[in-house]
Amino acid sequence: MRQTLAVSAIALMAAGAAQAQELRFMCYQDGTECDAWSAAFADFEAEHDGVTVVVDVVPYQAILESLPVQLEVGEGPDLARVTDYGGLARFMLDARPHLSAEDADRIEERYSASLAWARVGDNAPDGIYNIVDQLTATGGFANKTLFEQAGVDMPEPGATWAEWAEASVAVRDATGVDFAMALDRTGHRFAAPAMSFGAAIFNEEGHALAIDDGFRAFAEQFVAWHEDETMARDVWAGAGGGTYQDAAAEFTNANLVMYYSGSWQIGRFGRDIGDAFDWVATGGICGPEACTGMPGGAGIVGFNHTDPPEAVAALIEFVSRDDVQAQVLAQTSNLPANAMLQAEGVAYQDVSDDVAAALSTFGAAVPNFASTAYALQGYEFNRAVFTSIPARLTQAIVGELTLDEALDRLEQDVADAIAEAR
Amino acid sequence: MAALLRALYEGAFNIFETPMRWLQYSLGAHRMAWVFLLPNLLIFGLFTYLPILLNVWYAGSSGDRILLGERDWVGTANFASLMDCESYLQPNSCRRDLFWRAVHNTGWFVVLQVGFMILFSLIAALILNRNIPLKGFFRAVFFYPVLLSPVVVALIWKWILQRNGVLNAGLDWAGMGTTNWLLDPSWAFFWIVFVSIWANMGFYVLILLAGLQAIPGDVYEAAEMDGTPAWRQLFRITLPLLTPTLLVVMVLSLIRAVQAFDEIYVLTGGGPGSATTLLIQYIYDVGFATRPRQFGLAAAASLVMAVVLMVLTLMQLAATRKRAEDG
Repeated sequence: MRQTLAVSAIALMAAGAAQAQELRFMCYQDGTECDAWSAAFADFEAEHDGVTVVVDVVPYQAILESLPVQLEVGEGPDLARVTDYGGLARFMLDARPHLSAEDADRIEERYSASLAWARVGDNAPDGIYNIVDQLTATGGFANKTLFEQAGVDMPEPGATWAEWAEASVAVRDATGVDFAMALDRTGHRFAAPAMSFGAAIFNEEGHALAIDDGFRAFAEQFVAWHEDETMARDVWAGAGGGTYQDAAAEFTNANLVMYYSGSWQIGRFGRDIGDAFDWVATGGICGPEACTGMPGGAGIVGFNHTDPPEAVAALIEFVSRDDVQAQVLAQTSNLPANAMLQAEGVAYQDVSDDVAAALSTFGAAVPNFASTAYALQGYEFNRAVFTSIPARLTQAIVGELTLDEALDRLEQDVADAIAEAR
Repeated sequence: MAALLRALYEGAFNIFETPMRWLQYSLGAHRMAWVFLLPNLLIFGLFTYLPILLNVWYAGSSGDRILLGERDWVGTANFASLMDCESYLQPNSCRRDLFWRAVHNTGWFVVLQVGFMILFSLIAALILNRNIPLKGFFRAVFFYPVLLSPVVVALIWKWILQRNGVLNAGLDWAGMGTTNWLLDPSWAFFWIVFVSIWANMGFYVLILLAGLQAIPGDVYEAAEMDGTPAWRQLFRITLPLLTPTLLVVMVLSLIRAVQAFDEIYVLTGGGPGSATTLLIQYIYDVGFATRPRQFGLAAAASLVMAVVLMVLTLMQLAATRKRAEDG
């Protein structure tokens, strides 16, 4: 009897092991995104008996540098939270064949704009590869308290870059803080004002990077702002190559009047600044041609080397659901990529007035972004553009190259990188 | 008990006796050396020579794929691209201007860092070799930075040199003007040389100190009896007898200087612009930090650097051999 029981138990365990599916999810977080997803996955596991999701929280650098190498050699997690859709597109799993037509249509309806970001290269034009759980928008933040202390009127939403520069310098000079304006050291942030100055970004063949009058105009202005110290030199001149650098610490320490970054900083500012001073999101900042920002965002993708593609597709469907997205976004204070939630709004939990206002301002700016901005975000080789811009423009800022030389080199660098990738 | 241990010990070795006898019988005694060398050769082959061959393959191919079968063979195109210059002295005239800026920066860095480091290490070693108070303490002080991680060294100096850092706070307190040390290309280059010397010289001081202590004391006694002044003793006794040690120090520091990366990357990120970008960082940037990754170009640049290091090593071997023949 005892022997029979033991054999049965072993057989059951073996059967269970055969059915059990473990999905590894490589996740990075700006705030609490991975924690929120870990909690949400309990419902998914309850729905799918035998499937467990293991969330491996990693630094963003691991997503940028380690993940592509793992995928290249056919290894790596089943899913990951990524931002480089173009670069990772060829490794992504198309969930559509594993979904019901009803689910696929709902996902298409809710996420059509961001789904396009992964439909590049050889990927299917109607494939479902990514569910963006954190739509981001570039935009400015201003230290309201410094403006009040300086007695300078803060430019209204829709003000120009020139107006913000003038006002920020006046505030800096009146209050004695170190920096008037700063812009994150990446081509992603540079691209938005460049497009507002009229940059087309793409040439006639549809490839980046076109150095036209609009691009040149903002590049000239940007270098001039560094020469007269309107822009914080420490951010762009403080590093070399395409290294990313932000100025969030300077803004948090009230040492910077106006900071051009993006909506992903909102949660961090709400947490780190607290009630130390008042801050606001600036809304769209305009150039002569437009007032656009750059969209972007992190999303959850599955990979095509996975053993259980059905389970991965089921998880993709789960994270796309309106109620699940609403729950996670409420905890993480992020903007929704889901069209229904964009329309209806998200009931954010425990956010301060500053954070709520900033989320509202950024959310309102997104629909006004230029189509070129979306095209650049979904461009297969956008990383070549984003890393080459800081490398070359910094050389012009510190005087290693003239601006003309820097722009010529920039155009060549992007062309070389794209040629290498092909 | 001892007998038991001895029996076990001998038994353990006897396990190999039969297969080794069979191998010797099969291969012949003169080939047995290869059997003993085989484990080492395998490890070297796998972890040293195979990566070198892979690197050569990458250098001769293009594309952003990692798997060799997915890469296009382009022969010497990557080397040609790196060497495409109107004048090697003018990086702006080169197709890969950043590579040549890195080469120039590395050249200057090596000359200045190695030159000053040997000079300061020698001075420190000469002082520490005398009977000064707290000699042991000062030896520890010089050696302490060597124990620190390069990243820690860089972070410490970053806090000292940044806009609101300790150095500027001190200068401000003293009523002197402040400078953005790491944002000015010339100052940034000065500081990477300085920090590198500070972090590494303790190691070379120790080697030179050992060299100084190996010089027989009776040579100095004889010189003093002859009334030889101290400066003459330095140039006629100390330095000539210290030359073999100085040669070792020079070669070691040269190779380490060419390979400099971590401290500088954390301290300046290669900036401002490309003012402190050295060869290793160029290779890292091209191969890993930028998108799409240009593995071929990075591998070609690393082979160029390997050739430079090989030349330096051969020069050291030649100098050592010449000295041995002369001596």
